[in-house]
Amino acid sequence: MIDFGYSIRKDRLIDYDKNDKRVLKHLKDHEPSVLTCIACGSCTATCSAGQFVDFNIRLVQTLLRRGEIVPLKTEVQKCMLCGKCILVCPRGVNMRNLILAIQTATDKLK
Amino acid sequence: MQDPNDLHYPGKRVIIIGGGVAGMTAASRLADLGEQVILLEKEEVIGGHLRNWDRLFPNRRPGYQVLDDLQKSLDGRVGIRCLTTVESILPQGSGFQILLASGESLACDALLLATGFDLFDATKKEEYGYGIYENVITSADLEAMFRSGKPVMTARGKVPERVGFVHCVGSRDEKVGNLYCSKVCCVTGVKQAIEIKEQLPEAELFGFYMDLRMFDRHFEEMYYEAQQQWDINFLRGRVSECAENLDHSIVLKIEDTLTSRPLRITVDLLVLLIGFIPRPETLRLARMLEIAMGDDHFLEPTDEHTRFNHTARPGVFIAGANKGPLTISHTIADASSAAVQIHNFLHPVNEVHP
Repeated sequence: MIDFGYSIRKDRLIDYDKNDKRVLKHLKDHEPSVLTCIACGSCTATCSAGQFVDFNIRLVQTLLRRGEIVPLKTEVQKCMLCGKCILVCPRGVNMRNLILAIQTATDKLK
Repeated sequence: MQDPNDLHYPGKRVIIIGGGVAGMTAASRLADLGEQVILLEKEEVIGGHLRNWDRLFPNRRPGYQVLDDLQKSLDGRVGIRCLTTVESILPQGSGFQILLASGESLACDALLLATGFDLFDATKKEEYGYGIYENVITSADLEAMFRSGKPVMTARGKVPERVGFVHCVGSRDEKVGNLYCSKVCCVTGVKQAIEIKEQLPEAELFGFYMDLRMFDRHFEEMYYEAQQQWDINFLRGRVSECAENLDHSIVLKIEDTLTSRPLRITVDLLVLLIGFIPRPETLRLARMLEIAMGDDHFLEPTDEHTRFNHTARPGVFIAGANKGPLTISHTIADASSAAVQIHNFLHPVNEVHP
């Protein structure tokens, strides 16, 4: 096929109706504290990894809830599992287990 | 206690305009204080908006319990005139002469405006499709559905798999001229979402919000319960527009402000959480009595912190949601306070304790 140098750019829309909720289902079963996040961002403010690399653990949680699983796989690799986020969370979300459970769930999808 | 029907009673008389929660509360408290009270109501029966509400936040108790309690507290101690409105109010001595639409003329020594509020007309937010799409309803319509005892369903009788709640409809919105927050819609949305989950545990529930204002006792805990126990989703962003699918489900366009990306989602039923608006009747009476009103057309007390039931006009008092959005609990507190203020006005301290 001749390459004309054009491509179709995927739009930025989150299509909730089509997105894959299997990882979210796994999380609801294995780390139900994820349900109570209010996206305040205190986890992200205190995050050790986030001080140095482009890692936003609050966004990880939001992407999970929206079923945006493609970026999740790479994002969870950036966590150092230090657990400071758990210390500051006002809603008692177990972030470390959240990360590990996302890894388990996304590995299963392969 | 004074006979409420003795129109030749020589003592002091209070007339309350509006037989909703504020008017009923104030009437009962004034009767407790020994005043003769006449309550005016434009509808067939007293009770106001509370009559249309099935269960109340934050504990989801039946609304009729509060209504019954208020009605019993009146218990023949208060004169009630239903299906009537005020035609004119004229000064008479230190009090007022009030002419009713029914033709009756009543004198009083103090007047309480407890005229309440109206619900926002959701057809004004045309982009949400109320009155256009059959599966877009208001929080008041949903309450009526709950009250009917029938299960929650779409216009064509389908069990909804996904239900959305739009927060701040008619509130915090320059486009409809209402800059204020209606206060109770956030917690009403949480309450109603839980009530749908009680009926339909398999349904997916979404609240679309700008801020969730869980200001009062037990509200934040209820929000936590909605997330933790009922798996209700809250998605931050203001719904920009809705469209209807061929199967009459509703597609929403919204910015998911937490990911900074546009989002599209289909729901089977969309509930608009409509806010409070000031009543034209309040405006009419305020002009008639020449008492203060804010730019938002809610009544303005003499001092919003310390004299919140007073107006600049002696003998004219105000209570309830004609001063702005209020919960039922706060309305009852406000109207109770008004009763004390009116009693003190009618019987100055040096008169009681010479």
